[in-house]
Amino acid sequence: MRPLTEAETRAVFDKLSRYIGENIQLLVDRPDGTYCFRLHRDRVYYLSEKLLKVATSIPRDNLVSLGTCFGKFTKSQKFRLSVTALDYLAPYAKYKVWVKPGSEQSFLYGNHVLKSGLGRITENTAQYQGVVVYSMADVPLVSGWQSRGASQGWGGKLSLSSASSLQGFGVAAKSTQECRKVDPMAIVVFHQADVGEYVRSEDTLT
Amino acid sequence: MAAVRVEEVLAAAEEQEAEKRRSITVEKELELEFDLGNLLAVDRTPPASAGLRGAAPRREALLRALARDNTQLLVAQLWELPAERAGGAGGPLKRERVARNELNRLRNLARAHRAGTMVPATPLHPTGHQSREELGHVARVARVSTASLGRFQPRLPKEPAEPPSRSGGKKRRFEPLLGNLAGERSRQLELLRDMNSKKPVLDITRAVNKQLREEEAEAAAAKGKKQSQRGKRGRRQQRTGRNSRKSGARRQQQRPAGGSSG
Repeated sequence: MRPLTEAETRAVFDKLSRYIGENIQLLVDRPDGTYCFRLHRDRVYYLSEKLLKVATSIPRDNLVSLGTCFGKFTKSQKFRLSVTALDYLAPYAKYKVWVKPGSEQSFLYGNHVLKSGLGRITENTAQYQGVVVYSMADVPLVSGWQSRGASQGWGGKLSLSSASSLQGFGVAAKSTQECRKVDPMAIVVFHQADVGEYVRSEDTLT
Repeated sequence: MAAVRVEEVLAAAEEQEAEKRRSITVEKELELEFDLGNLLAVDRTPPASAGLRGAAPRREALLRALARDNTQLLVAQLWELPAERAGGAGGPLKRERVARNELNRLRNLARAHRAGTMVPATPLHPTGHQSREELGHVARVARVSTASLGRFQPRLPKEPAEPPSRSGGKKRRFEPLLGNLAGERSRQLELLRDMNSKKPVLDITRAVNKQLREEEAEAAAAKGKKQSQRGKRGRRQQRTGRNSRKSGARRQQQRPAGGSSG
């Protein structure tokens, strides 16, 4: 475990800024505590200072993961953002894409989003801009037991109409303007990471 | 009482000394036969028959004394053989020191030879065509070329204070794990500030004008298509086609600026 070097920090911030812009400051400089990035076995972790102090007491070989894994450095030193960072980046994301219920499953399997599956997209999204992908389903994503739960009484009406749950990350393949003109089979969002990876890559996710 | 005791002690001590002195010189009736290669000594004098037929402890003592005497003679014969020290004049310790010295000498020779055959790529005098890294390297060499190896040279305001690395810069060194989190945070914020400042700032007016122009062009294209006249349509399409391409390119350029810092 070690802090990131200058070059590594720059690479991580570059990648993060593609999704959340200058809101990275809010991740680095938090009012509720000192949070930092640490590198362990090529993976970048985001954790509080308190947790870091506790983690130093675990031997290096036995340490599996600490805090939240934001992503990893590949063998050629490129930074790949992973889905485990979604919860931290989604609140600060500026450009969002909503996917229709029919093709959200396809996205969760790792495929790109086609024009036919695109529901909404934030205005003024540039091409190759990092986006966060939401689903537009009227039914919440985890269908079966949750609807039963509703019938058993969550109390009051569950407003499902505006439900949009977080699906993952992507990169806009076309700008918003172009998305309107392009044909239905064209890719509009490149897949980067999705919540289906929690099941698909269960072993390699830390 | 005390005096008697003391005398007894002195007498016993003297007896022991005599015994010791006696122990290395042995007198025998018949000389022993020696086979030094097999560490064998043969004593042909028959032992005192009276002693052998006596009581067991006395017999044991006699035989033991006989064995000791003969062994002493054998060992004395062994020491008579020509001998030399195994490690030369200084022994094994000296041999080890000599070997280590030789190894280091050869290592130094090899290092000097390697350094001699490497031609320095960067000239040490200014050429005017040197890159930033080359100049940095030359500056570092100049700094270290003083009698104190650069330890007391004043540094420029933004030059980092590096401790001299004994391995010549081969080993990577990282920041301490828990050291100074506040400093780390401020460094990261400064890095972010630098990164953000390099991005072109969004010009709202220009973006709005571009947007309006695009919409006008699209409207014109739609109008042109509606008109049934082929010639006019062809010309109108050509014009709008050109416009949309140009404005599209400009749009692409402007959008990333708008997107990232907007």
